[in-house]
Amino acid sequence: MIYFTLGKTLFTADGATNLLVDCSIKKGDFVSLYGASGVGKTSILRMLAGFMEPESGQITAGEKVWYHQQKKINYTPQKRSIGFVFQDYALFPNMTVQENIGFALSKNDDPHIVTELMELTGLTPLQNRRIQTLSGGQQQRVALARAIVKKPGLLLLDEPLSALDDEMRRQLQDMLLMLHKRYQLTTILVSHHIAEIVKLSDSVIHLQDGQSTQYDDLDLFLQSIAFSTELTGSVLKKTANMVAVFTEHALLELPVSSDMALKNGMNVTIDKSRLNILP
Amino acid sequence: MPDLQPLWLTLKLALCTTIILFIIAIPIASWLAYKKNFFKTVVEVFVSLPLVLPPSVIGFYLLLAFSPANFFGAFLEKHFDLRLVFSFEGLLIGSVIYSLPFMVHPIQSGFAALSPALREASYSLGKTKRQTLFKVLLPNIKPALLTGLVLTFAHTVGEFGVVLMIGGSIPGQTKLASVAVYEEVEALNYHNANVYAAILLVLSFAILLVMFLYNRRLQKITII
Repeated sequence: MIYFTLGKTLFTADGATNLLVDCSIKKGDFVSLYGASGVGKTSILRMLAGFMEPESGQITAGEKVWYHQQKKINYTPQKRSIGFVFQDYALFPNMTVQENIGFALSKNDDPHIVTELMELTGLTPLQNRRIQTLSGGQQQRVALARAIVKKPGLLLLDEPLSALDDEMRRQLQDMLLMLHKRYQLTTILVSHHIAEIVKLSDSVIHLQDGQSTQYDDLDLFLQSIAFSTELTGSVLKKTANMVAVFTEHALLELPVSSDMALKNGMNVTIDKSRLNILP
Repeated sequence: MPDLQPLWLTLKLALCTTIILFIIAIPIASWLAYKKNFFKTVVEVFVSLPLVLPPSVIGFYLLLAFSPANFFGAFLEKHFDLRLVFSFEGLLIGSVIYSLPFMVHPIQSGFAALSPALREASYSLGKTKRQTLFKVLLPNIKPALLTGLVLTFAHTVGEFGVVLMIGGSIPGQTKLASVAVYEEVEALNYHNANVYAAILLVLSFAILLVMFLYNRRLQKITII
C-alpha cells in the first residue's frame, strides 16, 4: 500500500494554485493520474520520486516513510525504490541501449534481468545501438526497460506515450500492461487520454483545481467526466449549411444554419446531446 | 638561436595550471550550474573577475599577498617555509587564479545545457551524486571539457602581466616565453624575439585548430 498526502503551491502561467492531494494506492495496482495540462500531474510524480519537495504532507510506501514534513523525513530519490520514465525519456546519450538498461544494476544484482527485459521489449537486435539512432518508440521502450530493471516499489510514468502515433501507442500500452503484470509492479501513469486510462487502469486519480478525487470504479470516473468534459474543436471550413470541426480525435461535419457566424480557426463547443450514434 | 628554457618553462606552467584547474573547476562549475541563490551569484562574480581586471592589478594584489612583509606571505614563510614571490609556485597560483574563468565557464555551460532529467534519471536508478557525475554528466559534456582544457592551456601560455608582476624574470625559474619576448625586444635583439614569438604563435594556432577539429567531429557523431 502506498499512501500520500501532498501540499504544494504551484506557480503556473495562470497564477498560483494550491495543490492538495490525498491518495492511496494498493500494491500491484495500475493507477492513472488524469487532469488538464498545468494542473500539477507532473509535480505530483516529481514529489513522489523525491525530485521536488512538497510543502506539507507525507508519503508512506508499505512500512517505509519516504517523506514526512512534521517529522522532517525526506528520503532522497536513491533511497525510495522508484522507477521513473520521463516525458523526454532522459536516456544517456553516451551509452548504448544495453548500457542504458544495465546502468540501473547495482554490484550484486543479477545481470540476467537486462537480457530478459531487452527480450520482452524487443530491443535485443538493437542492444549495441546508440540512443541517438533510435526512433521515438524504440527510445520509449529503452526508458521503460531501464526503469524496471531494479523492480521498483513504485513505477512512475510521466506521459511517456504522448509523443507517439496511435499504432505505436497501442503497442506500447500492451507492453506496459504486460510488464506491469509480469513484475507485479505498482504503477502510476500520467495520462489525459481517456481510452488509454480505461484500457490500463485499476483506478484513476482525477486532479482538478488542485484537488484530487480517486475512483476505484472506472465507471464512476467515466460518468463524472461525461458531465464535466466538453466536446470542443476548431472550425476548419464552413459552407452554406455545413461546418467542418476538427476535435481532438476526429473531423466532424455538422449541419448548421447559414446565419451562424462561424469563421475558420474559431474554437467552438459541440452540444453532445444532439449527436447521434450509429452501430 | 636563443635559449629555449623560457619556452619549456611556459609549457610546464601551462600544463600544471591546466591540470590543477581541471580538478578544481569541475566541482565549482557543477555547483554554479545547479545552485540558485545569492551566494552563488557572488561566487560567479569572483570567478569572472579575472576576465575584466587588468592582469597587472591581479599581479599587484598577489604580489602584496605573497610578500613576506605582509601577513599571508609571512604566515607561509614561517609555517611552511614557502616563499611565493618570484618563484614557480607563486606563478602557478597566480595562473590558476587568472585562468579560472576560462576553465569554469565552458564546463558550467556544459552542465547547464544538459537536460536536468539526465541527473534525475540517474538518481532514480539509485546512483549517487558522484557516480552520476562521472558516468553520466561528464561523459556527456566532453566538448565543453575539451574547450575548458584548451582555452586554459592557451591562455596560460599567453599570460604576461600577472607573471611579470609576481614572477619577475629569473632564468630557469620564472622567466617565461612571453616575458622573454618582451626583454629581447627591449634589448633590441629582434631575431631572438622573433623566434620566441613565432613559436608561441604556431603553438597557439595548432592547439586551437586541434580543438575545433575535434569538437566538429564530436558534433557530427552526436547528430548522426
